[in-house]
Amino acid sequence: MKILIKNGHIVDPSQNIDGIGDVLSEEGRIKGIGDLPPTPNLRIIDATGLYVFPGLIDMHTHLREPGFEYKETIKTGTMAAVRGGFTTVCAMPNTSPVNDNSSVTDLIITKAIQEGACAVFPIGAITKGQDGEELAEMGIMHAEGCVAFSDDGRPVMNSLIMRRALEYSKTFDVPIIAHCEDLSLSEDGVMNEGLLSLTLGLKGTPAEAEEVMIARDIALAGLTRGRLHIAHVSTEGSVRLVRQAKGRGINVTAETCPHYFSIMEDAVKGYNTNAKVNPPLRTKKDIEAIKQGLKDGIIDVIATDHAPHHRDEKLREFDQSPSGISGLETALSLSLRLVEEGVLTLNQLIGKMTVSPAKILKINKGTLKVGSDAGVVILDLNKEYKVEAEKFVSKGKNTPFDGWVLKGMPVITISKGKVYEW
Amino acid sequence: MKLASKDLLGIKELTKDEIILVLDTASGFKDVLKRDIKKVPALRGKTAVNLFFEPSTRTKTSFELAEKRLSLDVLNLAATTSSVVKGESLIDTALNVQALGADFMIIRHSSSGAPHLLSKHIAASVINAGDGVNEHPTQALLDAFTIKEKLGRLEGLKIAIIGDILHSRVAKSDIYLLTKFNDEVRLIGPPTLLSQELEALGVKVFHDMSEGLKDVNVVMMLRIQMERQGKGFFPSTLEYFRYWGLTPERLSIADKEAIVMHPGPMNRGIEIASEIADGPRSVILDQVTNGIAVRMAVLYLLAGVRE
Repeated sequence: MKILIKNGHIVDPSQNIDGIGDVLSEEGRIKGIGDLPPTPNLRIIDATGLYVFPGLIDMHTHLREPGFEYKETIKTGTMAAVRGGFTTVCAMPNTSPVNDNSSVTDLIITKAIQEGACAVFPIGAITKGQDGEELAEMGIMHAEGCVAFSDDGRPVMNSLIMRRALEYSKTFDVPIIAHCEDLSLSEDGVMNEGLLSLTLGLKGTPAEAEEVMIARDIALAGLTRGRLHIAHVSTEGSVRLVRQAKGRGINVTAETCPHYFSIMEDAVKGYNTNAKVNPPLRTKKDIEAIKQGLKDGIIDVIATDHAPHHRDEKLREFDQSPSGISGLETALSLSLRLVEEGVLTLNQLIGKMTVSPAKILKINKGTLKVGSDAGVVILDLNKEYKVEAEKFVSKGKNTPFDGWVLKGMPVITISKGKVYEW
Repeated sequence: MKLASKDLLGIKELTKDEIILVLDTASGFKDVLKRDIKKVPALRGKTAVNLFFEPSTRTKTSFELAEKRLSLDVLNLAATTSSVVKGESLIDTALNVQALGADFMIIRHSSSGAPHLLSKHIAASVINAGDGVNEHPTQALLDAFTIKEKLGRLEGLKIAIIGDILHSRVAKSDIYLLTKFNDEVRLIGPPTLLSQELEALGVKVFHDMSEGLKDVNVVMMLRIQMERQGKGFFPSTLEYFRYWGLTPERLSIADKEAIVMHPGPMNRGIEIASEIADGPRSVILDQVTNGIAVRMAVLYLLAGVRE
């Protein structure tokens, strides 16, 4: 099917395009961009007054399959992605079994081709079983399609293994994505440490549990000249450390997630398990620093850390409930608030959700360049809507943003050649 | 006057007037406890279920007796004998208990916020009998009752709370209560067990007993849990007692009329010397007796809310 998107405001940071124009898509591939005349057998979408972006990339998604299909599947997770304007997601390896070998990688890729509504790039585990002891077969998994390696929620505590991972991965020029948390310091913390954790009687995790690990990993990146990507930066000190490292020329990139610049620790008041996330929600000064980091380009990427959980798991005692927020369907609207606040230009924001992750992962996505199959998002920037968790496409209804009124919603997503309209 | 909520989740959630109401009601019940026949028919025909997910002797016994003195039917469910061990969720357990006809659910749980979770799903009155390291509201109420009974007032006192503040739900509830009555609350203990952040609650933090105890009217000791030893909170119970144990010499720094309290169970020789525990200024056993009256008052007043 040929689709001509007419008169939209195109924002494509990969080509420095920011203006009114047309996009021609055929069988899921971009065939033209600019001022395009209509031809026969075309479906024309009038995008007058709307924005047109490359399909977004989420480099931090938990699709839960295989093993936790009751939380999410490749099918439902990618549908949620498409609803949120993402046409490329990277699947974290903490499935069951863990994606620490090429047969699991292959299973995810095959399933995604068959059932996925968007492109899926697996992220392999750094170590076997995410146990932090023995390196997984990065080369073979990379050949099978893994674009990065991470032990995600189970950080590599052994500094020597982390050193080896950063060194060995250079063979394949792939990034090591680090969930930075010193587990001995965070112990069994369930929220940010501070006065609020004291008064709620919940065990806190200090910001320093994140920061000491970022400092370690930056030091190791300096030592090894490997490629380090810091996942979900949540504290002021973390932004400072990444800023210093970049200033010293260390090969490090960083991401944050919409919840770290949208809400603070007080969201957990009333023991709201939907606001339980790891790293935990922090404080006003952290939010300010993260916004500044995004503005200054210290934080390269906005990712979702989409972590769907079953309702029953969140309907539990706060300390017994799993961490995570179902984020794919609110990420874009929450991030657009940064544009409204003047933190980022629209062009910069879309860059952090398209060209920037594409560059880190070395994937040919997040662009409207002719020949690309990255998908397209058409957005009504002024459309207000109410977040209704129960209506999420994702199986995970766990969001602290339920009931929020947000602005800017995809009205059309074109993914894998299919047009999704809302 | 009535209490505002059907539940007692914490002292944080109560106003000063509500606390006064509970204490006044409790003194009426204390008179009942002095009679030959210590039972009133106030809540006859209603049912209380004691849901204890953590071991407890004194609080459970106190609640049970308070319930019986009010003519409630009483059911005790301990975690080890309930379906919790079979993997049933807390909400399901509580819904089942409610289906049995419970009017009151008294819950003790190791997770902070567990009673709050239940209160959202259960129509019965939920009473927090201690949740994690959050609150133990009836303990603070009985402490307040005892202070008022012994010293004649609850306002404008200097009160020291000594020990493992960080892990003490009793201390938290006492802090919330006493600061509502404009008492000068001093917290004393090693920095590992006492966060400086607490000063934001309107209390003073001390690490030195001789400084913190100066002229106080009330000395509240907390139980030191043996598990803390060996986890880096302090090197040994021997060293702990040397710096933060309550000895006769240290007590002499306090006001000469000062009373000594302890929520129990005590570790003699670790946080408190036996001479003091058994001495004339100890009101530790009065606390136990008053606990029944205070818990009767709470049950009685919450029944009034639901009517």
